[in-house]
Amino acid sequence: MTTPKRPHILVTGAAGALAQQVIDQLRDTCDLVAVDFREQVYLGDDIPSYCIDFNKRVFEDLFRRYQFDGVIHLGRIQSSQLTRMRRYNANVLGTQKLLDLSHKYGIKRVVVLSTYHVYGAVAYNPALIDESAPLKAAGLSADLVDSVELENLANIYLWRYPDLNITILRPCNIVGPGVRNTMSTLLASERAPVLAGFSPMMQFIHIDDMADAIVLAYKKPVRGVFNVAPQDWVAYQHALRLCGCKRIPIPSIPPIVPSLILRTLNMRRFPSYLMAFFKYPVVIDGRAFAREFNFKPRRPLQEIFRFYRNNKSPV
Amino acid sequence: MSLATYLKSKLIPADIDKHINRIRKPIGSLGYDPWGYNNEAIKYGFALTRQIYEKYFRVEAHGVEQVPAEGPVLIIANHSGQLPIDGLLIGYALASRPEQPRIPRAMIERFFPTVPWLGNLLNEMGAVLGDPVNCAKMLANNEAVIVFPEGIRGSGKLYKDRYQLKRFGNGFMHLAMKYNAPIVPVGVVGCEETIPAIANIKPLAKALGIPYAPVALPAVLPAKVHLNFGAPMYFDNTEIPEELVTERVETVKAEISRLIDKGLSERKKLF
Repeated sequence: MTTPKRPHILVTGAAGALAQQVIDQLRDTCDLVAVDFREQVYLGDDIPSYCIDFNKRVFEDLFRRYQFDGVIHLGRIQSSQLTRMRRYNANVLGTQKLLDLSHKYGIKRVVVLSTYHVYGAVAYNPALIDESAPLKAAGLSADLVDSVELENLANIYLWRYPDLNITILRPCNIVGPGVRNTMSTLLASERAPVLAGFSPMMQFIHIDDMADAIVLAYKKPVRGVFNVAPQDWVAYQHALRLCGCKRIPIPSIPPIVPSLILRTLNMRRFPSYLMAFFKYPVVIDGRAFAREFNFKPRRPLQEIFRFYRNNKSPV
Repeated sequence: MSLATYLKSKLIPADIDKHINRIRKPIGSLGYDPWGYNNEAIKYGFALTRQIYEKYFRVEAHGVEQVPAEGPVLIIANHSGQLPIDGLLIGYALASRPEQPRIPRAMIERFFPTVPWLGNLLNEMGAVLGDPVNCAKMLANNEAVIVFPEGIRGSGKLYKDRYQLKRFGNGFMHLAMKYNAPIVPVGVVGCEETIPAIANIKPLAKALGIPYAPVALPAVLPAKVHLNFGAPMYFDNTEIPEELVTERVETVKAEISRLIDKGLSERKKLF
C-alpha cells in the first residue's frame, strides 16, 4: 500500500504571525516551504524557509525544486510598511510574478490574502458590504492603490486561469497576539488617537480564527472572492475602552484639520491615509464565506479585547 | 457603583430598561448591530424621547397597533419641520406600544454621517444612512424601516407650503415589492409648526455642505403632534413597468394625504 502524497504548499509572508499560525496548522499534513521578502525565519528543520524578493529570478528556482501543489499568498505588504513605490513593486508586480509562476508550474490551488480596506471608508457606505460592491479605496488615498491593484490582478488571473483555483479573502481587522498591523498596535497602546465625534462600527477577527479560515479555504477549492468577518460588531471608541486605552481626541472638523495634524505627526499607528477608516464604517458581510466553507469564528470580541487589556506593552 | 451605573439608574427608569430588553433585536455580543444600533444607548434615547413625546409635543397616535408585529415593514410618512422630529416621534410611538413593541429604523439624510457626534448618536438610536442597499439589507433582516419618500424636499419645505406633499421617490415601492414588505402609511400633523421656516438661504447651505439653511426662529415650538397610522398596504412582486410602480406610489401618497386630512380635522388648536 502506498501512502498518499503529501501536498506541497508555498506559504508567503512567513515572517508574519498569521503565516506562522497557518504553517503550524498545516505542517503535520503538508510539506511546506516558507518565503518572506523581509527576513528569513526559522520554522523548524522540516520547513525550508527563504528570504526572497518575488521579482528576482531565483524565485523561480523554488518552483523548479519543490513542485508545489498550492500557494498561500499572505505576503501582502501592509500600507504602513515601505515606500509607495517599493510596496507597489512587491505587492502588485511581485504577486503577478507569483501568479505567472503558479500558472507555469501547474499549481492547483491559490489563496490570496487581501484586506477589507479595498472597499474604502466613505460616508455613504451601506453596512454589510458584500463582495460585489465597488472598490472605492483607490479614490481615497494613493497609499491604498497597491492593495486594490493586487486584488484586480488576482481577479484577472482568477478568470483567465480557472485551473489555478484562486480564492481571494478580504478579512476585517485581524488582531490578536503577535499581530503587528495598525489596528493591533492601536489596541495594544496605552493611549490611542480618535477623531473627535467619530466612532465607526468595526469588525475584528482573532488571528487564530483567521488562520482557521485560510486553512479551510485552502482545503476546499472554491474559486471566488470572499469577505471574512465574524457576525459581531463594535464601535471603535468602545473597542478602545474595552482594551483599556486612553482615548486622545483629534479635532475632526473641518476635514482638512485632522488630515494636516496626522500628516504632521506621521504616526505609524494612525496614518493619515487610513484616517477615513476611523471616521466612517466599513462593515463587511462575511456570511457567504461562512456558508461556503462552513466557517465559525470561535474567539469572541470580549476575549480579544481582554488580551489587549492584559498585555499593555508594545507588541 | 461607577458613575455610568449611577447615571443609568437615575436616568433610565426600570420599566424602560425592561421594556427595551423585551424587544429582541438581532445584535452582537457587545450590544451593537451592523448599522451601529446599540441596545444600551437606546435606553437613554428612549427615556429622553418619552419626555419630548409625552410632555413637549403631547403626541396623539392613532392606529399604531396596525403595524405588523414581525417581519419586514416599511413605514411611509410625510416629512416636515426642518429637523427629523417626525421620524423620532413615529419611532417612539411604535417602540412604546404596550403590545408587541418594535424598534423601527429610520433612514436618514446622507449628510448626517459626516457630522461629528450627531452621526454616531443617530446610528446608536437605530437611524441608518438612507441608502437603498441599507434598506434592502434591513428588510431582509426583518426590520421595520421608516422612510420619508419626499426626503429633503419634504423636510426643507417652507411654512407656506405646509401639508402639501412633495414628489415621492419610487425606491421604497421597489423594495416593498422585492422583499414582500407591507407598507404602513402614516400621516404626521403638527411637525410643520415646530420649526416654521419662511425662507431657505441656498448659498449658505451650499457653503456649509448642508441640505438647506432655513430662516426660522432658533427654537423648536411645542406644537401638538397627531400621528395617524393607516392599515398595512400589500403590493405583489410582479414585473411591472415603472409607470405602474409610480401609480402604486401614488396610491400610498393618496392614503397619506387622507391620513393628514384626518389629523388636521382632529386637531383643535396648533399648540
